[in-house]
Parts: sequence; structure tokens; C-alpha cells
Amino acid sequence: MELICPAGTPAALRSAIDAGADAVYCGFNDETNARNFPGLNFSRDELRNGIAFAHGRGARILVAINTFPRASSVTLWQRAVDDAVDARADALIVADIGLMDYVAKRHPGQRLHVSVQAAAANPDAIAFYVEMFGARRVVLPRVLSVAEIAEITRETACETEVFVFGGLCVMAEGRCSLSSYATGKSPNMQGVCSPASHVAYEETALGTTSRLGGFTINRFAPQEAAGYPTLCKGRFSTAHGDGYVFEDPVSLDATTLLGGLRSAGIAALKIEGRQRGRAYIESVVRHFRRALDTIEQGSEADIVSLRPFTEGQASTLGAYRKTWR
Amino acid sequence: MSHSSVASGSLPTIPPLLALAIRPLPLLPLQFALGGFLSRILRRNPGLLDRLGPHRRARFGIKPVDLPFAFIVEAAPPLLSVVRELPQGLEAYVSASLANLLALVEGRVDGDALMFSRQLGIEGDVEAVLALRNAIDDARLDLAAELASLFGPLGEPVRRSFEAARDRLTGPPQEQR
Repeated sequence: MELICPAGTPAALRSAIDAGADAVYCGFNDETNARNFPGLNFSRDELRNGIAFAHGRGARILVAINTFPRASSVTLWQRAVDDAVDARADALIVADIGLMDYVAKRHPGQRLHVSVQAAAANPDAIAFYVEMFGARRVVLPRVLSVAEIAEITRETACETEVFVFGGLCVMAEGRCSLSSYATGKSPNMQGVCSPASHVAYEETALGTTSRLGGFTINRFAPQEAAGYPTLCKGRFSTAHGDGYVFEDPVSLDATTLLGGLRSAGIAALKIEGRQRGRAYIESVVRHFRRALDTIEQGSEADIVSLRPFTEGQASTLGAYRKTWR
Repeated sequence: MSHSSVASGSLPTIPPLLALAIRPLPLLPLQFALGGFLSRILRRNPGLLDRLGPHRRARFGIKPVDLPFAFIVEAAPPLLSVVRELPQGLEAYVSASLANLLALVEGRVDGDALMFSRQLGIEGDVEAVLALRNAIDDARLDLAAELASLFGPLGEPVRRSFEAARDRLTGPPQEQR
């Protein structure tokens, strides 16, 4: 199985490859990718240099152009496709069917991956992308169990890729409007879930209060582990009581499921976190490189705690093991 | 000082007695030295300003929670002030232990992980702080090398001394593959 690692900066790209990534995914510093955060991402020159660096070390670069173009500015997304192809990207990760059509027609030889943002969660949907646009791989949404992933992979003509570590999006990806409702900016069209421009922290004697777009979404006691300021991980008072309504602040860690995912026929494992620093990239990538190498040799992967890097200082197997069923 | 993992961000703090002992020291010499150091870093790493983008003129209040003073840092033009207390009205405020702040500057800890474990506090313009964090992380700053470059032929012993002090505070660099 390939190890696909995140990079939000050229330095992170080099760190990921040095730590053992088979491929690195990254995006341009504009609205065309779903991690459009301040100070993050790649200029055209940086991408070109990053690809040359990766190819020189036998690694591949996958360029995420995985937001949905607005009707008034489709050319921004089409230009991103053209520039990524021109820079010799090994694959494009795309969510929008119009943009996939553009890739297939304008760059028919370009390898195309279906982004997790497309939320393709069944064989029929995936078959559509394969038949219509020649998609070679689909990144499956984080709402499926390992058994469901195995079934989809068996019935699918292209490769499948799944997340094994990092932030856990519990919504139908590419369709969530929680952050848009609170901030007026869209994760799906502008690449900003819980944009930092709309986040505020306030320190009081009771702890740290986090707000998004003026809405108070959580308050952490002084020593309580914290999470991202996203509405889906917010703590609210409702008629059913106080607490996390959608999901606790927690990160996915599927280290213990690597053997099962390999048996399921998965082609690639993805680490989330283009917004994270080099220290995260180096540690998490190295951990999974070792785990995969161990499994390839027929042994059990060591379970090294990645807890310090997890949201809320806690990890979960998420939907991979649907214990609530 | 007890040692912990640099990757986890669980780093030691300056002992309170030591912090108390340095409280009466004058701040101007430190401000002069660190101001020159900041200018040099920004001159040698122009990509930092690019990544800061519209936040390059923001004034950041940096508070090492285990020291009796704090810093006001501006990138363009480069300016560093050492103060006893941070004033109101700065664009953004960042607080953490000195060890964690140094480790952050060198990309040896992950900023989000420090936030999750409550070892990093942010107030004010979160977007500016995020841009600063990402700009610094991409710059791959090596403070020992930056410092050594100030001392010409004496740079190597200065570098070794700084590395020894830093590693005592923040732990050795992460294992390289």
C-alpha cells in the first residue's frame, strides 16, 4: 500500500519525503484547494520545484484541486489544472464533475483521482467517475466501515484510498455547510472550513472560550484538552443536555487496522493534515512508514501512541469500526 | 530540568527561582541583541515575509509564560521590543513556555498539538498568528546557525554553545531517517 502524506509548505513536502512518504499531496495558495489557509500552500514555482525534488527521490506529487468552482470564476480552477499538469504533477485530486470533465478532455493522459470532497461512497457513484472521466483512484469518505470499504473495493474498477490518521470530518464531505452558515465562507467553494479570520479565542478564569463567526462553540477548562474551532466539534446546550452534539474533538488513528485495510485491497493510505507543522509531518509519516514496512514483512505493526498530535489528545477508529451498530 | 520528548511538546519550563533572579535585569541590552537577530533572520529568509502576506505589518505580542518579560515583534519593518507586560491593542498575542516557543520557531513541535494540549495560548487576530506559524515553519529556521553567522570565525563555538543550551531546554532534534 502506498503512503500518501500531506504538505502545506515546501518545507513540509521535503520533510514528508525524507520521512518515507511514497507520495505527497498539496495545493495552490488560492481557493482551488480545500486547505486555503493563511501562509499555507504552494506558488506555481514552489510546486514545480517540489515536484522536481520529489521525482529526484522517487516520490510522487498529487495536486489537490478539490474545491467546487464558482460559476463566475471557473477559469481559476481550470488554470490550476493546466498549471499542475504543466508542472508534471503525478495526479490531480478533483471533486467537481465539471472540472473532472475539463481534465479528461483537455489533459486526457493526466492521472485523475476522485477527491474525498466528492463523497463517492458507493460502487455506482465511483463507476460514474471511472466511466465518464477515466478516474484511476477514489479517496473514500470517512463514513465507511472496513467491511464496507472491502465491498466497495471489490466492486470498483479503480484503486481506492482511505484516511488512516488525522482530522476526522464526520459530515458528508463536500456537502457540509455548517462553517458556511457561521462565517459566510465555504469550505467547499473557498477552501476554508472554520476560517481563521472568523475564529476568536478568549482567555478567562473559567478557561478558553472559542468562537466562530460570533457563535460561541466551546469552552475548555484550563487543563482540558482542546480541539479545532469547528462547529462539528462544538459543545452545545440542547434540550437533550450539554455536550458534543455531532462529534467529540478526536483524531482518526487506524494503525491497528492496517492489516485489515490491506486485506480489503486498499491501494493507498492517506494522512490528513496539510495545515500541520513539520514536526507533525515528520513524526506521523515516520510512524506509518515503519508500520507499513513491518506489515509488508508479515509482522504486526507496533502501536506507538501518536496521542500528542491528536485533536483533543484522543484518537478513534471512527466509522471504520461502527461500534454503535 | 527534567527532559521530555520535543515532538510531544511536553518540554520543561524555566525554574521560577531563575525567572525571579533575572527579573531585575535591564531589558535594553536584550532588546538590542534580539532586534539585530530578528533583522538578520528576516534578511536571510525573505520567504517569511511572502508567507506572512497581508499580516507582515501586524504587531505580535509574544509572552514566554515562564519569563518575567515579553516581546513585541513586527516583521516589516523588523522591530523587536522587550517589555515587562504586553500592552493592549496589539494585533495578536501568543503565549507558551520559552522552550515551546523556541521549539516552535525551529519547527520542532507542532503548533496545533500545543494548542490541543493547552500549552499554547492565542488571542487577537488568529489569521495573523496562523500565517506567522506557517511562515516560520516553512523557513526551517536553525537558530544556532543564524546566531553563529553573527560571529564570523567565532561562529562555530557560539553555535555549539547555543545548541547545548537549547538541547538542554528543548531536547535534542528529532531522529532523522
